[in-house]
Amino acid sequence: MPSWLANALLILPAGLLIAICFKRDLIEIGWKVMAVQAAIMLPVGAWLGLSWAPPEREMGDVYRIIYAHVPQVWMALLGVTLNFGCSVAYLMKKSWTADALAEASAEVGLYFGIVGVTLGAIWGKPTWGVYWTWDPRLTSAAVMLIYYTGYLAMRRFTENPDTRATWSAALGTFGIVIPVTVYFSVVWMKSLHQVQSTPKTVDPQMVFALRWAACAFLCLLIVFVYQRYKVARAALAREVAPPEALGPAPVPKGLTT
Amino acid sequence: MTLLADSPATRRPPGLLAATLVVLRKDLLIEWRTRARLNALLFFAISTLLLFSFALGAKSAVLKAHAGGYFWLAIIFASILSLSESFRIEGENAALEGLKLAAIDARAVFIGKALGNTVLLWGLGIILAPLSIAVFDLNVMLGLWRLVGIIGIGSMAISAAGTFYSAIASNARARDVLLPILLFPVLVPVIISSVGATSLIFEGDPMGQMSSWVGMLGVLNVIYWALGLVLFPRITEDI
Repeated sequence: MPSWLANALLILPAGLLIAICFKRDLIEIGWKVMAVQAAIMLPVGAWLGLSWAPPEREMGDVYRIIYAHVPQVWMALLGVTLNFGCSVAYLMKKSWTADALAEASAEVGLYFGIVGVTLGAIWGKPTWGVYWTWDPRLTSAAVMLIYYTGYLAMRRFTENPDTRATWSAALGTFGIVIPVTVYFSVVWMKSLHQVQSTPKTVDPQMVFALRWAACAFLCLLIVFVYQRYKVARAALAREVAPPEALGPAPVPKGLTT
Repeated sequence: MTLLADSPATRRPPGLLAATLVVLRKDLLIEWRTRARLNALLFFAISTLLLFSFALGAKSAVLKAHAGGYFWLAIIFASILSLSESFRIEGENAALEGLKLAAIDARAVFIGKALGNTVLLWGLGIILAPLSIAVFDLNVMLGLWRLVGIIGIGSMAISAAGTFYSAIASNARARDVLLPILLFPVLVPVIISSVGATSLIFEGDPMGQMSSWVGMLGVLNVIYWALGLVLFPRITEDI
């Protein structure tokens, strides 16, 4: 499988994202296109990973979980990095879009992180002999999950939208220390977890299957973040709306004459 | 009241350093007048140290091998009490409003309060260190002044991140839950490197690893203080 084909997979989502930056209305069609792309690519990716890609020399078929584990952890890191970007954007421009997007990306990133770490633990049992080991990569990933749980908890515990947005932007900015630690933990510290691979050292079929899966999960991430963003915007609109804008209060049954 | 001069000609806002010293002096004075916080912290930390030995059973060898970890955990747990207290006192009589209304740089409040917390935690560590050495039967291989220095830079890192997070948590609902959830994850690298450095002091450093742990603590200090300085003025605007 030629390597350019793997890179070409990213053209559709990347092109759509760039187009949306210039023309905001495209987002409504764009997310549906990505949802369709994810729906097609995920099952194909499962087939590519489970049967098409060759077994690994040492681990045999056990390694195949990486086609789900690695992309999901990537998406988790991408989600929290997006959260950092939105947090900085909020602190600079006080934009509600950035605040809602920060909430969405943190929550979706946390979801991908939890699934990714769980898959890693499942893989760890047959390979390392244990589900969990106090290795720098695993520990820092777990710490990241706790931090972003705390971030979301703080958002729930603060009623005033202005205060909540500023504080969570500050937390999101401070928190970038953690994903950076997760990414570089395998390089900085002696770790049981393997360091990042490069396509040069990996079988081209494996590279292709992994890129395919990553592209599928990227589409899924974009769809999730956008849907969660819409929920956050709606919740915000409801919070700041005056009571009369919400329409007449429902009359309880039995009180109507 | 050094902040308010009498004649209009000299009524200029004080500089960052002057304001920092005023905030620091205020915090230490409040602490000195009651001495409640340091006493509470000390007994809390001592009981934490003792609890570790109860939880692990009376196995001296195990306790001795991990003494650095217990020592720092006792400090970290105590720091949660200290940090939330440092903003609780500002809640009384709307003192924080007064600080915000004073014509001083908000960064001075951050540096002053973080230094105040550093002094408290450092003091706590210095009192706790001989106690741990006695209780866990430790040998100081590399010199006491190094231990004092490591407790100092560890406390600085904890206080910088902690002051920032406790400013947020102390004003949110469920403050007691929120501070540890937010602070502990950020403190993990600090715990790893301070425990690493402290263990070397008790066990000796044949491989020359001390400088890398101290370097890591230094880098963490730079990151936390810089982020705190940049972000603290923004979060206090909205309290």
